Amino acid sequence: MTTIVLRGGQLLDQTGRRSGDVLIDHESGRILEVGPGLTGDRTLDASGCVITPGFVDLHVHLREPGDEVAETILSGSRCAARGGYTAVVAMPNTDPCMDSASVINEVLALGASALCEIRPAAAITIGREGRALAPMAELAALGVRIFTDDGTGLQDDRLMRRALEYAGSIPTDDGTPIVLAQHCEVATLSDGGVMHEGEWSAKLGLGGQPAEAEELMVMRDIALARLTGTRVHFQHLSTAGSVAMVRAAKAGGLPVTAEATPHHVALTDASCAGFDPVFKVHPPLRTDADVEAVRAGLSDGTIDAVATDHAPHPSDAKERPFDQAPPGMLGLETALAVVLADVGLSIDDALPLFSWQPAAIAGLADRHGRPIAPGEPANLAVFDPEHTWTVSGAESSSNSTNTPFEGRTLTGRVRHTIHAGEPVVIDFEATR
Amino acid sequence: MKHLLSIGDLDRAQLEELLDHADRFAEVLTRSVPKVPALRGKTVVLAFFEDSTRTRSSFDVAARRLSADVVNFAAGASSLSKGESLRDTVETIHAMGIDAMVVRHRSSGAPHRISEWIDASIVNAGDGWHQHPTQALLDSFVLRRRLGSLEGRHIAIVGDIAHSRVARSNIEAFTALGAQVTLVGPTTLLPPTVSPWNVGVAHDLDGVIGDLDAIYLLRIQNERLAEPLIPSNREYRDRFGLTAARARRLRADAVICHPGPMNLGVEIDREVTANDDRVAVLDQVAAGVPVRMAVLFNVVGHGRFDEPASSGDRAPSTEDTGTGNASAEDAGTEVLT
Repeated sequence: MTTIVLRGGQLLDQTGRRSGDVLIDHESGRILEVGPGLTGDRTLDASGCVITPGFVDLHVHLREPGDEVAETILSGSRCAARGGYTAVVAMPNTDPCMDSASVINEVLALGASALCEIRPAAAITIGREGRALAPMAELAALGVRIFTDDGTGLQDDRLMRRALEYAGSIPTDDGTPIVLAQHCEVATLSDGGVMHEGEWSAKLGLGGQPAEAEELMVMRDIALARLTGTRVHFQHLSTAGSVAMVRAAKAGGLPVTAEATPHHVALTDASCAGFDPVFKVHPPLRTDADVEAVRAGLSDGTIDAVATDHAPHPSDAKERPFDQAPPGMLGLETALAVVLADVGLSIDDALPLFSWQPAAIAGLADRHGRPIAPGEPANLAVFDPEHTWTVSGAESSSNSTNTPFEGRTLTGRVRHTIHAGEPVVIDFEATR
Repeated sequence: MKHLLSIGDLDRAQLEELLDHADRFAEVLTRSVPKVPALRGKTVVLAFFEDSTRTRSSFDVAARRLSADVVNFAAGASSLSKGESLRDTVETIHAMGIDAMVVRHRSSGAPHRISEWIDASIVNAGDGWHQHPTQALLDSFVLRRRLGSLEGRHIAIVGDIAHSRVARSNIEAFTALGAQVTLVGPTTLLPPTVSPWNVGVAHDLDGVIGDLDAIYLLRIQNERLAEPLIPSNREYRDRFGLTAARARRLRADAVICHPGPMNLGVEIDREVTANDDRVAVLDQVAAGVPVRMAVLFNVVGHGRFDEPASSGDRAPSTEDTGTGNASAEDAGTEVLT
């Protein structure tokens, strides 16, 4: 039996902050003991660090199967682990699409040897084409709890209604609910828009997506959540109007949740001034007012989770004219530090957004985002709040390098990550 | 200046200096041998990824008048059609040893990206909807000649401003030179906001036309009907076309401009182009070469007329080389004789 002790740190979880060491059993993958002065076969130095439950990312693109040059499940999981994530929800816009049992099983199999838990999401519609329902009950039986056509929004109102009704009536073996997650973008309004429609798109001569392209679908899905009673999760909220509507919907008791990305609280459409497609993303970077509203939404409980929408693209794909480049940016390794700096939250206040709140939405609350206590699964992050580092795409564990924070100096970095009792990150580096 | 990517990168003094240089080169072009050695030994590539006979020929002539070696890159015949990326294409061209690249591309920002990838001077000959700096310079050149100065003048830009790189460059150039600019068109053809610029907006041409010192007409493209942004060309002409009736309400000393090619019977009537001396379209075309000579002189050359020779080369001289006597080696010699 190999034991690992995390020594000299502060513990932080739902119950609050306290000092203590954590003794972990590598074989069972569980916490053995929590308290002062512990020893084990192997010691990981946590002095000056905060030990927290590992994070859960509701929205990552691992690109496998189909685009392994950009990223694989393994390389993506390395990024996740270095970012403090012990579980990620893999988006289904792979090739082939994650709309069938065979592809879901392939992702689960590849995920078994990853550095974090890989929880596949599945498409709502076959091929994400927005026409026919995917076999949701069959996929739920494999453990899928989040269904999304992410990459695009589900355009047909009637089909979205039926998808919600059908999904809401699928019983799950562990009682965790099925959630339909939406990439809110009305295609007829966003068509031709490669950045936010506003002052910058006007100046740069680029087609824009108005805020309303997102807000109209947010409005529709709030109404459909009311009509059907099925849970709707809003992905990557980016506008002030969207945040306000979700706030009101929650106040009205509707079963809606929401996420926001680090880039939507850190960057605005002004970043596109140099036409660098590293800043091209859907939904696009918006205005200062939108950034302020998303920050406020994260601070006041309107937005339940930070989700990175980690979207790797090989460098030749991003070294094109702006309108020709694919949208998306890396995010797993920089998420926590960026959110702490740009939303101005303490780690104590930010932790729910990274850990137990997304764990609950993903149906993973039985093993991620848990209190740090004996018997609990050892899914932990050890965060050094003082460590300064400079972001470098080349240094990332991703197969790709498209980070919008290239060259930015950040304060705070995850030093060690424990996944199911295994140290997968030691001293900021992945162990395999 | 190393590049010319956008009018907004230039301040008023730089704009006026370019126009002054264009005046000098216009004079050179009247000589029996309209050629100067300013860019001798320099290689200029015309990388036109989007078709344009007029602008490309204009740059070609301008570069040759400055004695540069010119390479024409034909996008259709290139490896781009074999799937080579834009970056690979420009890096391959650059590897052959070039000093400058004049770029036209259908994507806004393409010249900016290219300037990050290769170490050569980049001149933007039109990128998507974004900028067409040399067009704005030649338009400013013509207006300055005809009006004396743009300071305090009221210029209307009429038509599809939203999708016009000519409009964006002209807005910046005219306002920088002190003009008051009004954008005229239906909301569907205007940018989502005009807040980046200090301009006015009017949806009624008849309401402003009597006040104008110059009217700049943009071309209506058929794609705008397909979207649809306007119901028909007929309705467009009705509201915004420079018909003979509207031309009569335009001041006698006003200037009428169009970047070409013109859709007669849409943005301007044939009657006006045929008979009206205020139409400056041919002046605009003629201005292209001296203005582009000025740009290349400043971007590829060192842009100074009074400088002595550098690194053993002949000083940039605008002397009439027909005499064969260039006083290149004399330091501080006035180069224009």
